[in-house]
Amino acid sequence: MTTIPFKLPLNIKLYRPVSPTGVWGWLTTVDHKKIGVLYGVTAFIMFLTGGIEAMLIRTQLIAPELKIIAPEVYNQLFTMHATTMIFLAIMPLSAAFFNFIIPLQIGARDVAFPRLNAFSYWAFLAGALIMKSSWFLGGSPNAGWFGYAPITTATFNPGNGIDFWIIGLQVLGVASLAASFNFIVTIINLRAPGMTMMRLPLFTWMTFITAILLILAFPVITVALIELMLDRTFDFNFFNTKAGANPILWQHLFWIFGHPEVYILILPAMGIVSEVLPTFSRKPIFGYPAMVLAASFIAFMGWLVWSHHMFTTGLGPIANSVFTLTTMLIAIPTGVKMFNWLGTMWGGDIDFKTPTLFAVGFMSMFLIGGISGVMHSFSASDYQQQDTYFIVAHIHYVLFGGSIFGIFAGIYYWFPKITGRMYDEKLGKLNFWIMFIGQNLTFFPMHWVGMQGMPRRIFTYDSGMGWAFWNGFETIAAYAIAFGVLIFVINMIKSWTGGKKAGDDPWDGRTLEWSIPSPPPVYNFRDIPIVKSLDDFWHTKQKSSNSNTKVKSKTKVSDIHLPQPSYWPLLVAVGLTIAGFGIIYNLVFTGIGIGIMLITVCAWSFEPVNEPDSH
Amino acid sequence: MFDTIKKFLPILLSLLFVIACGGFDGPQSTFDTHGPVAKEQADLFYLILWAGMVVLVAVELAIIYIYIKFRRKKNSTRIPSQTHGNTKLEIMWTILPAIFLAIVSVPVLSAIWTIGTPPKNPDVVVNVHGHQYWFEFEYQDLDVVTANELHIPVGKKILINLYSNNVLHSFWIPKIAGKTDIIPNQGNYMWIQGDDVGMYYGQCAEFCGESHALMRFRVVVDTDEDFRAWISHQKSEAFVPNDPLEKSGYDIFMSSKAGCGGCHMINGSKKAKGKIGPNLTHFGSRQHMAAGILENNQVNLRNWIRNPDMIKPGNIMSGQAAVYMDPNKSLTESEVIALASYLQSLK
Ligand code: HEC
Ligand SMILES: [Cu+2]
Ligand SMILES: [Cu+2]
Repeated sequence: MTTIPFKLPLNIKLYRPVSPTGVWGWLTTVDHKKIGVLYGVTAFIMFLTGGIEAMLIRTQLIAPELKIIAPEVYNQLFTMHATTMIFLAIMPLSAAFFNFIIPLQIGARDVAFPRLNAFSYWAFLAGALIMKSSWFLGGSPNAGWFGYAPITTATFNPGNGIDFWIIGLQVLGVASLAASFNFIVTIINLRAPGMTMMRLPLFTWMTFITAILLILAFPVITVALIELMLDRTFDFNFFNTKAGANPILWQHLFWIFGHPEVYILILPAMGIVSEVLPTFSRKPIFGYPAMVLAASFIAFMGWLVWSHHMFTTGLGPIANSVFTLTTMLIAIPTGVKMFNWLGTMWGGDIDFKTPTLFAVGFMSMFLIGGISGVMHSFSASDYQQQDTYFIVAHIHYVLFGGSIFGIFAGIYYWFPKITGRMYDEKLGKLNFWIMFIGQNLTFFPMHWVGMQGMPRRIFTYDSGMGWAFWNGFETIAAYAIAFGVLIFVINMIKSWTGGKKAGDDPWDGRTLEWSIPSPPPVYNFRDIPIVKSLDDFWHTKQKSSNSNTKVKSKTKVSDIHLPQPSYWPLLVAVGLTIAGFGIIYNLVFTGIGIGIMLITVCAWSFEPVNEPDSH
Repeated sequence: MFDTIKKFLPILLSLLFVIACGGFDGPQSTFDTHGPVAKEQADLFYLILWAGMVVLVAVELAIIYIYIKFRRKKNSTRIPSQTHGNTKLEIMWTILPAIFLAIVSVPVLSAIWTIGTPPKNPDVVVNVHGHQYWFEFEYQDLDVVTANELHIPVGKKILINLYSNNVLHSFWIPKIAGKTDIIPNQGNYMWIQGDDVGMYYGQCAEFCGESHALMRFRVVVDTDEDFRAWISHQKSEAFVPNDPLEKSGYDIFMSSKAGCGGCHMINGSKKAKGKIGPNLTHFGSRQHMAAGILENNQVNLRNWIRNPDMIKPGNIMSGQAAVYMDPNKSLTESEVIALASYLQSLK
């Protein structure tokens, strides 16, 4: 045990946590598995809060001309619902899988930068708390998750809500960037011997591409948010229309980020589906190189389509034609993925367990979202669909039927690995069918009401519009989804605490994470595996089931060195939170927060990865 | 699986039935078109809808087939052949969609240009100003300014210029033309044409604040004569009413205590020169009020004047007019009645 190698002003001695337990163990952990669990649980709680917001929205729309929820609150609800689901639920749920699974899939003992990884989580938590605390501190952001200027400027929006939104997103951006760099370096550098890029499991590939997208996309929205923050806090004029600004600037910046963001949300789910289908079909993924290529092409094209969100902003026929064509083009690689999944299952011996059901549910829902996507890529006819419930239907088929179903597939699939216990299959299937039916009954009619002219983001509608029946119907179906999620929660709690022991490899898995105990030991792999092919573990099993020889481990557990826990990542995030609140309330706190961050970052960099005398 | 299909069949059928009953001609239905722009957009939509349906049904059927055919039998230990792909197939399902998209892009691109090219010699030019939460219509060269009810002559090409000095809005008449956004400091335009005489719903389609949901309007497609008569009537000025109740309403309206004239224009009056709210010169001739959300009648009008915020939360009239801000200046019930009857006399 040593003190930190330089003197703090107050001369307090901070001891390095050696092997803390309980709460301290979690607060100081740098173990990617624990961080993965933290990410998952936090993001799932956020998913529930976003779900409550959705239920309130649907309740207000259950009948025409209701006054259950005041318009201002309603506007805050739809803003927070989308912001929560995108930034606080889907992204970090994907990050939970990155954390837990990637090192296991590539045969590594941890991520490349374990403390940075811990920091990513704490920064995410900070961003989530800043964002959500707005509900209790005078009102949430109310300008939509897209925050189109100039309604976000101080002239039209004097309250604090938008500031919470800006700062929350900035902090979340820091978390995402740190995590992405970490995963790129991990995937490039920590692969086990023989694990070439073209032998990477597809989930790892999708994570890799997602992380690259994130690193390129977040700086764009960061710039936009900084501009908006300068406008609001220091009276700059980036979006001040009174001073001649053209607010369309915001839309370009937002969607140059926003469209790649869509792929950031969907690619990890596609990766999960590409793991689940082969495992349960007992077949390798169909067209592995094409899958990698298609995803890379989608990720690349994601940069060339942003204006399809802006077809009605008067860009003119040339721009609209170009963005129509580039958007249509994305349908091709997406189709390739869809057909390759079908090819994977074709001729297989498919076990329709809960993960398979969710994966197939993903395919059939995402297909609908994809097709409606091609529909409104036609800019000329999109003039009728833009900003209507047709689009609401589309994004929920993509993000709920797509991303969330993919994530649920992943949770069920890896649950035995993560907890060492088996989930309840009956409840799992019930959960799937209720959510699947609920999703379709909620969101499919939205296509129809959208084409019947119902705009988005309206807190009420008239009874004579012909939308009343379907809105009531959708609301009741949405309650069914909530019920499905409740069953999921019950299943998780019940199985985590009292489920059957799962065993190391309950699914006859194909990838390396199934070759180690469940839950995995801190060091993951006792011997770093040597990889000879795609799905190496499965092939090894096939061979050894004939010869029936178990290789004896050569490594002594006590010889494995793992990075030690640290206080610093948490403390840096605390500084970040204080600095963030400072921008909203009083810049003095920003100074204090930055001060804390400087000190703690220094302390962090002087801290050795392992204490020399600690083992 | 068949059981589940059987279970859903009645639901599906009743779904279709209700859609059919709900009708394709709701007030804002994009299927029930009454102008060339909306018609072209609907045709394009049908094209991609049917093409999409084919893909949808084909793939979903494949999924169901796989579910039935390749599902694991109890305790099966069959190891399927480990195919890693099929280059020919994969090339096929890359090329075929590409060819399909290349073909459909022809009508799409042509529609983009027809819809995106403004008429060279429009018959009428209207400058639309989006406000929080109402629309102002200024007929260029005709010297007419009105609000919330747009009159256009049937079968004529109308050029719409879109302006805002506040936040974003979007101008949308579902049965006549898809929307175009209104963006401050960036003039946008669109063109419309109404092919059938009648009244159509319009709607702001870009989130613009607390009462965005209540920012609507109406489009009245008139015969040529009706339109010309309407224009010449709109050009006329308002007179001081003779009826005592209306006259007292007039006096209150023009008084500095009520302050209505500070925001509302009444052509021909020296005191009502405001430009913050809608021009009320011919308010009584409009069938709807408060941006198309209420019928224009005595009850609604009194409610509006009594407390606009009850009807449209966050609107600028209740947010800035002294009669609503300052409790000492509140309107009495008789003042409200007088004001309402005056305003409705402004035919
Ligand atoms: C602060 C400026 C302001 C003042 C003062 C004001 N109004 Fe208004 N008024 C508005 C605005 C803005 C609207 C449009 C509200 C909306 O639809 O969002 C409006 C709308 C109206 C309408 C509906 C117009 C239509 O075309 O549907 C009537 C009627 C009206 N006001 C009457 C009055 C009367 C009577 C007074 C005086 C007691 C008054 N206003 C004072 C700003 C004002
Ligand atoms: Cu997009
Ligand atoms: Cu609006």
